[in-house]
Amino acid sequence: MRQPDDGGGASPLDEIASLLEPQIPGLRRYAWALLRDDETADDLVQDTLERAISRWHQRRQDGDLRAWLFAIQRNLFLNSLRQRRQRGQQVGVETLDQVAAPDGHADGSAGLKDILTGLDALPEEQRSVLLLVGVEDLSYEQAARVLDVPIGTVMSRLSRARERMRRFMEGGRSAVLRRIK
Amino acid sequence: MTDERPIGEDDLQAYLDGRLAPGRLRSVEAYLADSPAAASRVAVEAEQRQALRDRLAFKAAEPIPARLRVAHLVEAGRRPARFRPAAAAAAAIWLSIGLAVGAAGGAFLAKDGLPLRQAAADTAARDAITAYRTYVGERLHPVEVAADQEAHLVQWLSRRVGHPLVAPNLTAQGYRLIGGRLLPAGAEPAALFMYQNDGGQRLTLYARSSAAEKETAFRFESQNGVSAFSWIDEGCSYVVTGSLGRDELLTVAQAVYRQYEDKAKPPERGTL
Repeated sequence: MRQPDDGGGASPLDEIASLLEPQIPGLRRYAWALLRDDETADDLVQDTLERAISRWHQRRQDGDLRAWLFAIQRNLFLNSLRQRRQRGQQVGVETLDQVAAPDGHADGSAGLKDILTGLDALPEEQRSVLLLVGVEDLSYEQAARVLDVPIGTVMSRLSRARERMRRFMEGGRSAVLRRIK
Repeated sequence: MTDERPIGEDDLQAYLDGRLAPGRLRSVEAYLADSPAAASRVAVEAEQRQALRDRLAFKAAEPIPARLRVAHLVEAGRRPARFRPAAAAAAAIWLSIGLAVGAAGGAFLAKDGLPLRQAAADTAARDAITAYRTYVGERLHPVEVAADQEAHLVQWLSRRVGHPLVAPNLTAQGYRLIGGRLLPAGAEPAALFMYQNDGGQRLTLYARSSAAEKETAFRFESQNGVSAFSWIDEGCSYVVTGSLGRDELLTVAQAVYRQYEDKAKPPERGTL
């Protein structure tokens, strides 16, 4: 599964595609869970893939393609959040923080909608760990690489995330907000 | 055999994620059997874990959009969004892809230099989006020269950018000119006209000289809710940017394009 150097057989482009494309559904799901907007989420995935392609030669020492891709995507997401904060004054791009109920995919079930509200009640690092481990099935080691923290921190964040989510679902938003302070 | 170390929060998380080794799993199950409160918390969290998976499953099940195909990304020659807005940087990045993917990479870099040209258009679009984000939210000084000096503004910006510009009339689309400013764009200047509608919604027209390419089709780009239509005509890049939907923005972009077409300069006025 390494890049061929001989130029024979499958083209390098095919090689990259065959490694990257299986990761796209998961990257899209993670992006959508963070951004809750189809177009913006796919923009993030596109930026992620472009960056991965342009740095493809740096990938080998990283070894774990999946962790590498999710790390790129999360960092791009955090950068965009930071840029937005620096801009300060609102310019109508609140999609990242103020996430509206995703009526386009509500499935008609209040219960299912609530779980995303619970997700929104978490700070980003808890949201990400919950999504990476609980939804994307990254191992704790992979999640540690994506979040760039030790595994012990992954475990404690995961624990706090699930607790906060549970309390939120039990007690509603105000209880969680009080806890956050 | 069960593992006798005390049960920790990390064990409970790993239990939820199905990542416990068999020995440890038995220990955790024994613990939960003896601890109804912990067991019920774990049960709720397991349920929520599953609910989140179910809720998000649709996204991973969708067919992936064509624009995310690797072949498409490479062929379109887009450069990564956060790189410095310079055609040279874009060229270097796509060249590095060519090197990374080896000999066969030449095939998709060689198409009339297409990736580089489109990168130039993209660079203008992204610079325009940056300018939009910087100035549109500005309350006190959104523009350098206000619309009441429109003639001066247009003349000044045209001279600096090196192309005969106009400040298009967008009243039919509900927007009026509030002014403009000069911006740095790499080694050269760019012009920014800002418009506003009655609702306070703003949009911008960004223009600068395009050395890399003389003419391109309309391109659409969207970043975090800010959308842009860009094109290059007669050696000048134009970008219409706004926090609008694609269709609404396209209407504006087409109006701008048409007004530049109508203004079509006789050849002798083509350069200033």
